[in-house]
Amino acid sequence: MTGLERPGTGPLNEGPAFPAMKSPGPIDPGAPLEPLPGHSSRGRLERVLRAGEFAVTAELSPPDSADPMDVFDRAAIFDGWVDAINATDGSGANCHMSSLGVCALLTRVGYATVMQISARDRNRIAIQGDVLSAAAMGVANILCLTGDGVECGDHPQAQPVFDLDCMTTLAVLSTMRDEGTFASGRRLDRAPELFLGAAANPFAPPFDYRPLRLRRKIEAGAQFVQTQYCFDIPRLERYMERVRDLGLHEKCFILVGVGPLASARAARWIRSHVPGVHIPDAVVDRLAGAADAREEGKRLCVELIQRIRDIEGISGIHLMAYRQEESVAWIIAESDVLKGRTPHAVHPVIPDYMRRKA
Amino acid sequence: MWSMRDWSVRHAHHLARLYVVFEHLMVVVGPLVRLIGHDRLERPVAAVERTIKGTLFDCRMCGACVLSSTGMSCPRNCPKDLLNGPCGGVRADGTCEILPDMTCVWVKAVEGDRNMGGGTIALLPASDHRLVRRSSWLRVLRQRSAERAR
Repeated sequence: MTGLERPGTGPLNEGPAFPAMKSPGPIDPGAPLEPLPGHSSRGRLERVLRAGEFAVTAELSPPDSADPMDVFDRAAIFDGWVDAINATDGSGANCHMSSLGVCALLTRVGYATVMQISARDRNRIAIQGDVLSAAAMGVANILCLTGDGVECGDHPQAQPVFDLDCMTTLAVLSTMRDEGTFASGRRLDRAPELFLGAAANPFAPPFDYRPLRLRRKIEAGAQFVQTQYCFDIPRLERYMERVRDLGLHEKCFILVGVGPLASARAARWIRSHVPGVHIPDAVVDRLAGAADAREEGKRLCVELIQRIRDIEGISGIHLMAYRQEESVAWIIAESDVLKGRTPHAVHPVIPDYMRRKA
Repeated sequence: MWSMRDWSVRHAHHLARLYVVFEHLMVVVGPLVRLIGHDRLERPVAAVERTIKGTLFDCRMCGACVLSSTGMSCPRNCPKDLLNGPCGGVRADGTCEILPDMTCVWVKAVEGDRNMGGGTIALLPASDHRLVRRSSWLRVLRQRSAERAR
């Protein structure tokens, strides 16, 4: 065979919806799954979550490159370990390959992707066009973000757009999916089938308002949220307490962001330079006191995952291991976060013309 | 530097009440405004509005005033122009990720909402950029007159 065999069985590891019945040709690994009642998308992430499984997603940093192999190589280390791969969209307002491009490449070979849309760079005309393109290429999940300010990135001279914000983007995309129209009211010939997500940050002030903000995002259309890095379990517990009081965990899947810190210096740098990341002193001290800080950072991440998994109302984790992507598999295995479940592995078949010449 | 803005948020409940009275008055003078013509009044009214709201709220004349839904803290002062904030980048001390000297306008909005009795922050739709630099007061007046006529 050509490497298209799928290792797992059962509904969560289901293959393409339309295996070639008559022609003997290979099945298309990028084909969407069969539609299911109560599901708004035909992707694997929504299936895993609605089946009540604890989901794992990971973040892929798009390359500064026009080489598709740079994308496939970055995705390959997550294959079989995660339920979906997020491709960031100009994160930190730095220029990289677009989320749409990365997702288009990955969905074609069978990966489940989460496309991120930052309202910073595109107006409503561009965003809606990109969403149709993405859905046509098989992207099932879209994460709506406002985006970091251009001041944070490598092009501070750029014109910030912010025509929509994360909430209004969610509202516009829900309209496209549910009403089958653009924001203007003009009809779509075919509505995109999407599982819509948003970001949440329980670790930034005003803390009392954060759960209410989550409620707003759900009203606007968020079906899942991925949070900012969590290094402060007590803060997360307080947030979740309020979220459960409001019943929000029953309306929206909450995936908590985690990641390994490379050193105490890296932790201090992130704390002061990356907007919205809160790292308590105790964490920095622990890394500073460790013989092997990198190893300690991974251990800490494993411990955090194990504690997060036990909090009621949390549906999964979102691993952001920037420049430590190779440690993701180890962290997932070591934390036993999947409790024996094996996410769908793609074993992608890369078209020859995309491969690097030897 | 932000003292007037902060004052307005602290007195959000009074300003909200004042605005209700003001809106009533506007509707009363509505026929006169129609007589002179909305278009002819656009520039002078916008100038007055800019002066008053500029002083009180650092108004940016978006033409679609939402102060009553944002605790009397103008969201157009958010560097990301967030109509539905606050974003996840608010610093631990409540200041803005982009302008570290400024308290996040949405942290202020939540404070103003509390001063107004809570529950006033609404999910706001995407903005209409055609209204920029136009008078929000005249727009409201036109809407109210139309509602009355119906």
